[in-house]
Amino acid sequence: MPRYAMLIDQRRCVGCMACIVACKNENKVPPGMYRTRVAETTAGIFPKLRMELRSELCNHCDHAPCVDACPTGASHKEADGSVQIDKSRCVGCKACMAACPYDARYVHPDGHVDKCSFCNHRTKVGKAPACVETCIGGSRIFGDLNDPNSEISRRLREHHVRVLLPEVGTKPKVFYINRFSTPGQEG
Amino acid sequence: MAVNRRDFLKLSATVAGGSMLAGGGIAGMLMAGDRGGAAATVHSVPTVCEMCFWKCGLIARVVNGRVVKLDGNPLHPQSRGKLCGRGQAGIGLLYDPDRLKRPFIRGGVRGDGRYRPASWNEALEITADKLKAISAKYGPESIALFSHGTSGDYFRSMVKGMGSPNITFPSFSQCVGARNVGYELTFGESPASSCERVDLTRSKVIVLIGTHLGENMHNTQVQDFAEAVANGARLIVVDPRFSTAAAKAHSWLPIRPGSDTALLLSWINVIISEGLYDKEYVARYTEGFAELAQTVREYTPAWAARETDLSESQIIETARQIGANSPNVCIHPGRHTSWYGNDTQRARAMAILTALLGSWGREGGIWLAPSAPLAKSPAPEFPEAARPDVIAGGYPFVGGEGLTNAVRDATISGNPYPIKAWIMVGTNLLHTLPDPRQTMAAIGKLDLLLAIDVMPTDSVMQADIILPESSYLERADDLFVVKQKEAGIAIRQPAVSPLHESKPGWWIARELMLRLGLEKFAQPANFEQKLKAKAEKWGINFAALTKNGYIPVRTTSGPYISESNQPVFGTKSGKIVLASAELREHGFDAVPRYEKVPQPETGQFRLLYGRSPLHTFSRTANNPQLNELVSENEVWINSAAASRLGIGHGAYVRLVNQDGVRSNRVRAKVTQRLRDECIYLVHGFGSTSPWLTKAHNKGVNDQQLITRYAVDPISGITGMRVNFVTIEKEA
Repeated sequence: MPRYAMLIDQRRCVGCMACIVACKNENKVPPGMYRTRVAETTAGIFPKLRMELRSELCNHCDHAPCVDACPTGASHKEADGSVQIDKSRCVGCKACMAACPYDARYVHPDGHVDKCSFCNHRTKVGKAPACVETCIGGSRIFGDLNDPNSEISRRLREHHVRVLLPEVGTKPKVFYINRFSTPGQEG
Repeated sequence: MAVNRRDFLKLSATVAGGSMLAGGGIAGMLMAGDRGGAAATVHSVPTVCEMCFWKCGLIARVVNGRVVKLDGNPLHPQSRGKLCGRGQAGIGLLYDPDRLKRPFIRGGVRGDGRYRPASWNEALEITADKLKAISAKYGPESIALFSHGTSGDYFRSMVKGMGSPNITFPSFSQCVGARNVGYELTFGESPASSCERVDLTRSKVIVLIGTHLGENMHNTQVQDFAEAVANGARLIVVDPRFSTAAAKAHSWLPIRPGSDTALLLSWINVIISEGLYDKEYVARYTEGFAELAQTVREYTPAWAARETDLSESQIIETARQIGANSPNVCIHPGRHTSWYGNDTQRARAMAILTALLGSWGREGGIWLAPSAPLAKSPAPEFPEAARPDVIAGGYPFVGGEGLTNAVRDATISGNPYPIKAWIMVGTNLLHTLPDPRQTMAAIGKLDLLLAIDVMPTDSVMQADIILPESSYLERADDLFVVKQKEAGIAIRQPAVSPLHESKPGWWIARELMLRLGLEKFAQPANFEQKLKAKAEKWGINFAALTKNGYIPVRTTSGPYISESNQPVFGTKSGKIVLASAELREHGFDAVPRYEKVPQPETGQFRLLYGRSPLHTFSRTANNPQLNELVSENEVWINSAAASRLGIGHGAYVRLVNQDGVRSNRVRAKVTQRLRDECIYLVHGFGSTSPWLTKAHNKGVNDQQLITRYAVDPISGITGMRVNFVTIEKEA
């Protein structure tokens, strides 16, 4: 059984947002709602500046607070390690949304809560998630942590990576490479 | 780094809160299309994108007759299995409820928005009658075509067939013209075969002069750019704005706007004086080196530092990095280069630098266009125009695409003869040409303004007759010859049948030509049969082409120079021209010299503009999917300048230009990412067309503020970064 994860190489992200549009079409995400976004943060004073482009999505945490908070079992861990929502069991109470430290969820107009599924309808048939497939910069890498030869396993071994909000103890499965060059200095 | 829990920012997007699509919208329609359950029919159609003009191969996923997803075609070298956000959002164009759905004929006075729907037959008959009447009264040359995109070609045949030479493309004068002319004067050809031939993945150094890759989104070029960054290519970005590309740069040179040529000449100075150029290449392939070396002697780094507001050490250091990595250096030639009216010489300086580094035809530089021997179809014998064209405007080095501004000038003046009909195919002239007041004045002189388009743009809403074209997802077009490092043939074929009463461009042109007695120049009624015959003539299996969307063809030359793959320079001498006798003969500098451009006065800001990766020109602001993410532009203001003016981030302001033109209100993006003597807008917003329900009145139209433009005396293009604005706080 695979154990899925995503690695985001922020050095390669060009902020083009192709991932967002692909995700919205692939998953029929309603207007005004997002399963993935790209955050831009710039620090410094002109001309000594540094910019971060950070793709964000559900972290499919190993210790998922949304799963713990869900009173009906709608939010659950799958055997492949991803966090999924059984829409038929969701009562729309939003306990998961309050519990999620990453603000990754929204209430679908049909009444249930929704979020990134790691495109499990695609991974089941051997395709990468839609955001990964179209990522222009090749910034998003998806794969199986249980396969030591997968690209993601290899890259995780080769790079120092971080996760978002490690202090909350969620053990995210979305990892980031973010070594930036500083303008005017060696990278 | 702490992530604010509610800090899911949308990059560059204006937070639009509840102002998203009204209920239903695209998502609703998509779901409706998906509810076929077990009976759903799913099929894939490979075709070619036209959300911009990179023309990526795509595969449309069609469920129960509705396009639900667009993916990049992995076989096509201009997409390699990926599509950008705009390409993904082609569905938004296809199902945009604001599309032109049927022909319209103007009911009221021009611009008052009153139209009556008409049948195709009536609209075509009236159009043909008007064209015939204008041709009879003023001569066929009084009919001008403004063209952009694939469909323009069909109307070009119509206008040529009528006997008019006045066919022009804004992509020259308002975009790539200066670049192409500068490189043609140097190398005998442009650095782009539609797509720039930049070998980024093999570059050791990449230099971007104002080119904002990433924000300026061209699929495979940006794929290559990201790959190059990941490979550790040294990136030097020259831009007064901290662009996304600048944020990835080893060296960001925040140059004073308008002084790029000073930097380029001083780089050439260092590279020559320190002997860092490719001596063998220069000796073998170039002419005029001595004159070049003599001319640039005065352009020292110390001098350039004063002009550019960069440090002398930074100029020397970057020049040495560029020189030391010769020839694997890509001086990116840029794309939109209509900046200051001296742009051909800036392009010349970039081309000369490329030549000195020996990077033309070398790995990591500019690769050579492949030759692909494809049998040519006999050219139709169009009638000779009785009078000379007006598209060159008297400028000596205008490309065949002509000058939109020259046609506009002739229309206003009536000299050398009256221009009485404009045919606009996919061109939104009020947002494309500088000084829309002049465009309106010219339209006022016309007996016929005909628009062929998919969307009711501001310019379409001035038209007398509007003919609704099918989007690229609903139509076939002529075969595309793709020239990347490999060559191939791509096909556009309809993913779905035309919606509403829209028709493919080739059909519209054909129907008009039948009524004008020009059938011999028209596309055949059986368009698919023609494509099949053409493919077969090229030795391509048509069934395989329709199935794969792209088929490679044999090439007879390679991308890099070797003893067996020698470059051919289409210049008079057959050499790379460093000092141009041709330019000298016309009274211009044979080697580029620096010309200062006027700088803003105190309190004024130079108006700069650029791109969003989610929008193409002014074409996509109403696209529901793209509008959701970026619904309006913001005006970027340097933090210190904003502080002086008391303008807070997110506040609404108005811009007032040097001629008193006052803009729509626009939100301030107060940022460190810009020099403080300029402001920056993403182009393409501020539509006034009431039929564009999402884009109407959203953001500011930069072109409205570009009332001044500097015409380049060499290529005739319109430099548009010569306007200055003051900022008014909105109460």
